[in-house]
Amino acid sequence: MHDIYSLVTGPLAWLSFALFLGGSIFRFTSLYRLAQKKDSAVFEYMSLRYALRSIAHWLTPFATRNMRLNPAMTVVTFAFHICLFIAPLFLFAHVILIQESFGFHFPTLPNAVADILSIIVVLSCLFFAGRRMFLPEVKYLTTWVDIAILVAVAAPFFTGFWVYHQWAGFQTMTLVHIFSGELMIAIIPFTKLFHMFLFPFIRGYIGSEFGNVRMAKDW
Amino acid sequence: MSDSKPITENEIDDKGIMAGVEKLSPEKIERVINEVITAETGAKLKVYVDTCVHCGLCSEGCHYFISRDRDPKFSPAGKVKQTLWEIMRKRGRVSPEFIKNAAVVAYTQCNLCKRCAMYCPFGIDIAYVMSVMRRICHKLGVVPLYIQDTAHSHSVTANQMWVKDDEWIDTLMWQEEEARDEVSNLRIPLDVEGSDTFYSVIGPEPKYRAQLIYQAAMIMEAAGESWTMPSSPGWDNSDMCMYTGDYEMMERLKKVHFEAAIRLKAKRIVMGECGHAFRSVYDMGNRALGWKMPPIPIIHAIEYYHEIFSKEKIKIKKKFDRPVTLHDPCNIVRGRGLHHMAREVVNATCKTFIEMTPNCEHNYCCGAGGGVINCGPPFKNERVESSKAKAEQLFAAKAKGAEVVIAPCHNCHGGLEDIIHHYGIDMELKFLGDIIYEIMEIPE
Ligand code: SF4
Ligand code: SF4
Ligand code: SF4
Repeated sequence: MHDIYSLVTGPLAWLSFALFLGGSIFRFTSLYRLAQKKDSAVFEYMSLRYALRSIAHWLTPFATRNMRLNPAMTVVTFAFHICLFIAPLFLFAHVILIQESFGFHFPTLPNAVADILSIIVVLSCLFFAGRRMFLPEVKYLTTWVDIAILVAVAAPFFTGFWVYHQWAGFQTMTLVHIFSGELMIAIIPFTKLFHMFLFPFIRGYIGSEFGNVRMAKDW
Repeated sequence: MSDSKPITENEIDDKGIMAGVEKLSPEKIERVINEVITAETGAKLKVYVDTCVHCGLCSEGCHYFISRDRDPKFSPAGKVKQTLWEIMRKRGRVSPEFIKNAAVVAYTQCNLCKRCAMYCPFGIDIAYVMSVMRRICHKLGVVPLYIQDTAHSHSVTANQMWVKDDEWIDTLMWQEEEARDEVSNLRIPLDVEGSDTFYSVIGPEPKYRAQLIYQAAMIMEAAGESWTMPSSPGWDNSDMCMYTGDYEMMERLKKVHFEAAIRLKAKRIVMGECGHAFRSVYDMGNRALGWKMPPIPIIHAIEYYHEIFSKEKIKIKKKFDRPVTLHDPCNIVRGRGLHHMAREVVNATCKTFIEMTPNCEHNYCCGAGGGVINCGPPFKNERVESSKAKAEQLFAAKAKGAEVVIAPCHNCHGGLEDIIHHYGIDMELKFLGDIIYEIMEIPE
């Protein structure tokens, strides 16, 4: 048990960070190079002002027509993404770990709050899974990979919740928790999760096209 | 009901597509696809196809999806699934049967209207992805017959309608003569060097709607415009090659058009009321030729009308008094933001204006755009069925009292005409130019 624990908290943790960082840098540079070679027009039409205008609208709840047409999805999407980042970063237990390993300090969330955030993430994933299963237009697009990604994202939160509440077998669960967190981080550059980094560029480009050339709003 | 035969996915009644598919082999498909993907696309396509999180939120953006009872096959991402998604996953190893369906999807089930880009949270431009599919189909020789015929006409005559050079001049002279009954010294000035305005139209105008050239001449005359039209090719600003995926021809066409204006040392081009032609000079054609913006200033008729009303260059007898509604053509609204100007012109010319919703950037396409109407009779029923959302909009405007639909775009006229006829809406269709001509004071 102890060996596995040192494995997941030691080498595997480093491996997952390395895959995440290395993979992200690799994907970015290769896409950037390809864009420079093949889509030079994209750079020509990019406009910081209109890119930011579009991104700002799409990061503000209910600022776009489609968000207003799908209120449930809008609430869940925003809640999900916010909790997804805040919960793990500011969770007391994680902050302690970071402090121990790297020596810097940052504020923590009360445990009860972190608990709720985790629940929100898991429930959101269930909501997304429900859309994938029951909404025909989403079902049509869904592949097993999409479901696997949902599971991969929900797993660290679900297991984290389990561990925190010290339910049966929580020691094993701790391992699963750490491992699933590492797995999620590691697969970001190699799956659609990479959208977190590409979002500003794709949105920024279409925002520039609409704002600067087409003189129209895109929200 | 119309005369054309309904089609289903299994039974494609298009000679162009069928004949093309028969000549395909898996090797050819793979080679051509990889040529297009590696030589002509790059990070944009890759990012669009790879980043799409399959959330289906773009569905709401597409009038096909809405009109076809929310059938997932008609959602924007659903169309990518049936085309580039599979193609990129299989690296081009797809069957002739697959290409047949992909051609139907790309050419006839997407108006390239870009509405979905405003509904996808990422702003993924599905119209671009569909254009890539069309480009592949063009290179494979799998193009619907009717639109390919217009593309052939473009390559032979530099206009869309097989109009011969002497027919063009004859038509202008005929319209000039007719107009002289109204205004005795009216001219349609040909090849006048150094005019302020070079006026260009689309091929179907001299062929079927010569009256519009007459009206434009009247408006120019009343506004005291210094204008001209070319006597040789370059007068047609339309572009079906842009929609078949024949980008080499698109470039040639745009070159002929721009050069005709530059040769006559015109200060700017004013173009008639057409949406796709505007897209081809302002968005796709100029870019393909390497111009970030058109090499000579170009304005759409709406901008021209706006100019003559805001500068009071033209007087009206009285406002048009039947209640009107306005159809926003995607190519000049999502293509150039002309919806504000269009409304100002409508308000300057019409007494009662009733909005259709959703409107402005969020308008629904008429179903004709992107070359879909040009794919002709084999797809007509499908097209009209896929425009149910637009029909409902029209019914709603009519319920509020609108009798006339203004559509400042030729394609939209075609599409709306079919919708009005098929759904029995009983509304009259007009160009902005029709209204202006009807109410303006005719010069002495
Ligand atoms: S471009 Fe228009 S027609 Fe095509 S998928 Fe998007 S919304 Fe539908
Ligand atoms: S909304 Fe965008 S990300 Fe979602 S399925 Fe449509 S294209 Fe893909
Ligand atoms: S035909 Fe009109 S409504 Fe349809 S795509 Fe073209 S401009 Fe848009």
